[in-house]
Amino acid sequence: MNQRIPVTELTSSFRERATCALDDSQLRTNFRTAMDSLMQKRADAFPDEDERESLRELGNRIKARALSQLPDLLEQLEENLTANGVKVHWAETTEEANEIVHSIIEARQGTQVVKGKSMVSEEMEMNDYLADRGIECLESDMGEYIVQLDHEKPSHIIMPAIHKNRRQVSKLFHDKLGVDETDDVNELIQIGRRTLRRKFMEADVGVSGVNFAIAETGTLLLVENEGNGRMSTTAPPVHVAVTGIEKVVQNLRDVVPLLSLLTRSALGQPITTYVNMISSPRKPDELDGPEEVHLVLLDNGRSGAFADAQLRQTLNCIRCGACINHCPVYVRVGGHTYGEVYPGPIGKIITPHMVGLHKVPDHPSASSLCGACGDVCPVKIPIPEMLQRLRQENVKKPSEGSKVKDGGAKYSAKEKLVWRLWQTLNTSSLFYRLFLWGATRFRKLTPGNVGPWTENHTAPVPAKRSLHDLARDHLSGHGRSNGPTKGGQ
Amino acid sequence: MSARNNILNKLRSGLAGTTPRPDDFNERLVTEPWQYRPEDRIKRLRTLMEAVHTEVHQVDSQNWPEKVAEVLAERNLSNLLHAPATGHGKQLAEYWHSSGQSVDLLSYDRPIEEWKEELFWNVDASITGTRGAIAATGSLVMWPDRLEPRLMSLLPPLHIALLKASEIDDNLYAVMKRNNWSAGMPTNLLLVSGPSKTADIEQVLAFGAHGPKELIVLILEDA
Repeated sequence: MNQRIPVTELTSSFRERATCALDDSQLRTNFRTAMDSLMQKRADAFPDEDERESLRELGNRIKARALSQLPDLLEQLEENLTANGVKVHWAETTEEANEIVHSIIEARQGTQVVKGKSMVSEEMEMNDYLADRGIECLESDMGEYIVQLDHEKPSHIIMPAIHKNRRQVSKLFHDKLGVDETDDVNELIQIGRRTLRRKFMEADVGVSGVNFAIAETGTLLLVENEGNGRMSTTAPPVHVAVTGIEKVVQNLRDVVPLLSLLTRSALGQPITTYVNMISSPRKPDELDGPEEVHLVLLDNGRSGAFADAQLRQTLNCIRCGACINHCPVYVRVGGHTYGEVYPGPIGKIITPHMVGLHKVPDHPSASSLCGACGDVCPVKIPIPEMLQRLRQENVKKPSEGSKVKDGGAKYSAKEKLVWRLWQTLNTSSLFYRLFLWGATRFRKLTPGNVGPWTENHTAPVPAKRSLHDLARDHLSGHGRSNGPTKGGQ
Repeated sequence: MSARNNILNKLRSGLAGTTPRPDDFNERLVTEPWQYRPEDRIKRLRTLMEAVHTEVHQVDSQNWPEKVAEVLAERNLSNLLHAPATGHGKQLAEYWHSSGQSVDLLSYDRPIEEWKEELFWNVDASITGTRGAIAATGSLVMWPDRLEPRLMSLLPPLHIALLKASEIDDNLYAVMKRNNWSAGMPTNLLLVSGPSKTADIEQVLAFGAHGPKELIVLILEDA
């Protein structure tokens, strides 16, 4: 197992990983360059602000409508897919989902699986699960392939290998595949193409994700540029799609605006090279395509977020990654610092529902609440609002009960007491005046070391005179000659 | 079945006392910004497809097989996968025989299992029809079937697609409505907007990731 965890994950907490990442100038350059370019591309793809805003509003309404009848739509999806010949499975946990996928592979006595890009399969850690059972599960998206080859995890949901530059990839291919080193990106891609094409041909089972599952027609829609998604869903005799329960939309027409929002927000493209809509396995008279198609619907904490009307909006997400690209925290610390499958703002609001706040206690607070994520979200998830809500849930007294898994993970009786005192101090004029009187006179007694703050800053020292005091002087005319004292400190 | 019931029950209890939101889909938002005069449709389609390295030619609906022979000769290719039972497949084969072309014409006439190795590695190019195109995004609509199966437009390094000029729609919504997709979807329906590409290394664009390295669109105009 050790081998599979990148160095940045060996350290224990978000803070430690962040410190590590901030010191890595190569990593920071790789992210800065990539994020600047992705932000520019998105901006160029939405030249008309009115068009963009009305489309975002429509996207939000479509997702809200789907969520407002989610259980019915899931049943409709199941019914239509089943009628089309697709087998639908349900999994509450990632363990259950892995068992389902494994049993499908076993039934075919399969040993080789090729995977199109799927973040849900990352949630499941499907590669490891299958490897432990003697099944090779190979990533076929170029970025995912590179990351898997280096025993790492994706650092971005759309651009998994964005933390690496071409020299790092070249060296990796040289070490692992025995090919000559090259600085030519085209040549590197061709090496990947040749290696993976054989795998597509030999694979017993192809695994993919789903971008939109359409209830009306029983259709799975996938977007991609490389063709590995089409390969994984067409060449092997069995196709298993894995997806979260929130991906269902009501009607086929609903995907028109969502598709446009997705590809423009993610990559600044009007559309991806391939939009692949799958509605059934190979029909008796057809000559290719999988004989079996399965859909695994995974919950993994999503129904927990769904239970709360405010937190439910988290499930609007269409996984475009725009919030990640625009996040000033993400660009500095990189994807691996988050230590979980989904990094950046979306990761901060979805991960607590999946793994619980005990495991990611710093997620809700690793944000400056600048609001960029909410501004660019194509389906208008109020991410900063979600973060604030999670911060509250994070410090609730465990006995109060929380809507979020492991709510109260950061509860501290001492902190609660300090805030209560602070509240009393600021709401009682007597205590407030006493405090001011004391703070201005005994200011030299304030401690020089106030924890992490003083690692990078000087400790705060109260002024000689309080603002109230100065204001009184000012109003009575005395203060004018002194001016609003700069030398008060 | 218990996972299914548990999930659905949890979701239902979360919705207790609420009603589904009304369907207020505003189709104007996905059509009005994406409308073109008929004479501009081809221009827009070309511009967008060429921007992602698609080669587009406007050819005569009678003489297009000549253009096919030409592009294959330019690339020195030795075979071409076609669908002999389609109208365009027949037209191509007739031209091929009458003009004595040396490039081998192959057909996808058996299940993939019977010639997987060959199709994966030894087919240079393929030619298929389309079900129209979308000007707004520069996309071809592909509807693979028994005659032109799914892998035909995916595995060969060069894919040549035939598009009738009269079948270019303004936007995805228009295509969907005109062809009444929601009444019955095929096994696989595709929008293809260029050759296979990736930007996964340093965001440098590279073509021919896993699918065709080249896409050539022949727009057929009536003589």
